[in-house]
Amino acid sequence: MQAPVELSISPRLAKNIRRNVKERVIEVILMLAALVAVATTFAIVGVLLYESLSFFKTVSIVEFLTGTEWTPLFEDAHYGILPLVSGTLTTSAIALAVAVPIGTISAIFLSEFASHKTREIIKPILELLVGVPTVVFGYFALFFVTPLLQALYPDLSTFNMLGAGIVMGIMIIPYIASLSEDAMRAVPMSMREGSYAMGATRFQTAIKVVTPAAISGIVAAYILAISRAVGETMVVAIAAGQQPNLTFNPLESAATITAYIVQVAMGDLPHGSVGYQSIFAAGLVLMLLTLSFNIIGHWVRKRYREAY
Amino acid sequence: MANVTTPIKAEARDLNFFYSNGARALKGISMPLYENKITALIGPSGCGKSTFLRCFNRMHDLYPGNKYQGQIVMHPDNTNVLDAGVDPIEVRMRISMVFQKPNPFPKSIYENVAYGLRVRGENNKRIMDDKVEEALKGAALWNEVKDRLHDLAFNLSGGQQQRLCIARALATDPEIMLFDEPTSALDPIATANIEELMVELRSKLTILVVTHNMQQAARVSDYTAYMYLGELIEYNDTDKIFTTPSRKETEDYITGKFG
Repeated sequence: MQAPVELSISPRLAKNIRRNVKERVIEVILMLAALVAVATTFAIVGVLLYESLSFFKTVSIVEFLTGTEWTPLFEDAHYGILPLVSGTLTTSAIALAVAVPIGTISAIFLSEFASHKTREIIKPILELLVGVPTVVFGYFALFFVTPLLQALYPDLSTFNMLGAGIVMGIMIIPYIASLSEDAMRAVPMSMREGSYAMGATRFQTAIKVVTPAAISGIVAAYILAISRAVGETMVVAIAAGQQPNLTFNPLESAATITAYIVQVAMGDLPHGSVGYQSIFAAGLVLMLLTLSFNIIGHWVRKRYREAY
Repeated sequence: MANVTTPIKAEARDLNFFYSNGARALKGISMPLYENKITALIGPSGCGKSTFLRCFNRMHDLYPGNKYQGQIVMHPDNTNVLDAGVDPIEVRMRISMVFQKPNPFPKSIYENVAYGLRVRGENNKRIMDDKVEEALKGAALWNEVKDRLHDLAFNLSGGQQQRLCIARALATDPEIMLFDEPTSALDPIATANIEELMVELRSKLTILVVTHNMQQAARVSDYTAYMYLGELIEYNDTDKIFTTPSRKETEDYITGKFG
């Protein structure tokens, strides 16, 4: 046996200070970049909460949440958010009723039925729809879709939630189609082969195997579409009207939360007035609305997640 | 060679196969599948054994541009299943398949087994319950899953998932069952279970199994075919292939000098 020798660290194996410092600096820079988005989110929430707080000093939360009249610019001002919420929910529901079926069916077609060539032609065209400015869609609703609808229902007012909702639905079809198609294409081929080997047809395979396997991605697409519909501004501001109106009747005209915000923000309300602060309270409601849809979506996705 | 009284269930006759890129993957293969026997396909990777197996249930039809040439005749129909007038879905209704990696559907254990029946339009709950139980018993999985038939199939272990896939393939009473390297993703114990199962299933149906494991072919099969570079080098009783192969290439592969 050799006698134990005292160990020392050879300079060739010692810690490389320069390299370690460099790594650390890079790490901090990367983290700062990631923090920009997080900090912005918190800043927005902070501003919304701060301004809303001053608003709720003048208007009680109960009146705000349960009031049925929204007339902040009148002499006799009322601050009940319900008419704006009803407008937002009605237009969003119409949009989803249009976009979810058409978008999902398009995705199934593109992923499971279309030939490579057909897909290469259709998908870019569909994605082109995303690039159309929303203001164009707004005028499309007002000057093309609404007149068409008026041919069916002559009583339909020029500004109405139906036309705005339908056009908003067309606008979000690409989101649903494209994201759902990505989710379906990510389903491993071995799973499809398993289905075909059992004697299933293409349609049976698409509906009974591929769609359930891709469901978490499809639900994610729906959630994104809902958030997009709830937050959409231009189309509803242009085509659905600017009058707050507590109704779920799509044939009527009604303002949405976003339409109100853009209307007031463009006017010259004095900073610090109740009317000015009311847009922050409305914004807060809008944010909570999208947040709750996101949470529901997250929960649904976790509940139905499929691992391969 | 084969006992003359054993009926033939299906046979390949001068079968060629071309992938969409023009590559010729099978070169003039002729061999029988005897009824209620296990036929094993062995050979090095890329020799065309899986390609050959997938011709039987027309799986190559799923990808555009693939081309069959020659015949696979199925009995008693005396029909070439590769004929353009044959509906591949009808073929798959009678020839089922178990894949290399377990590929259960994102459904419950019960629904996985019931899938083939549902596809065939069966909706009677009583018949379905019976068939599912029978198939799970046939795949030696019933005792392990009978209390959790409505759990997601992904919660099963790999070996259990593969037996579930066998149950799924069994539920529709196929005449031929194709196994494409069914144990290559499994541990030795799960492999032994599947092999035992194949031997038991032989009394009910005709089996064609691709394997890269020569011991497996020797253990389970009645007939063995050795393939190399898309050609059938030798076909014979499994005993003869593994004891007195007639071709030098087969002997080299079996003894491990090559492959």
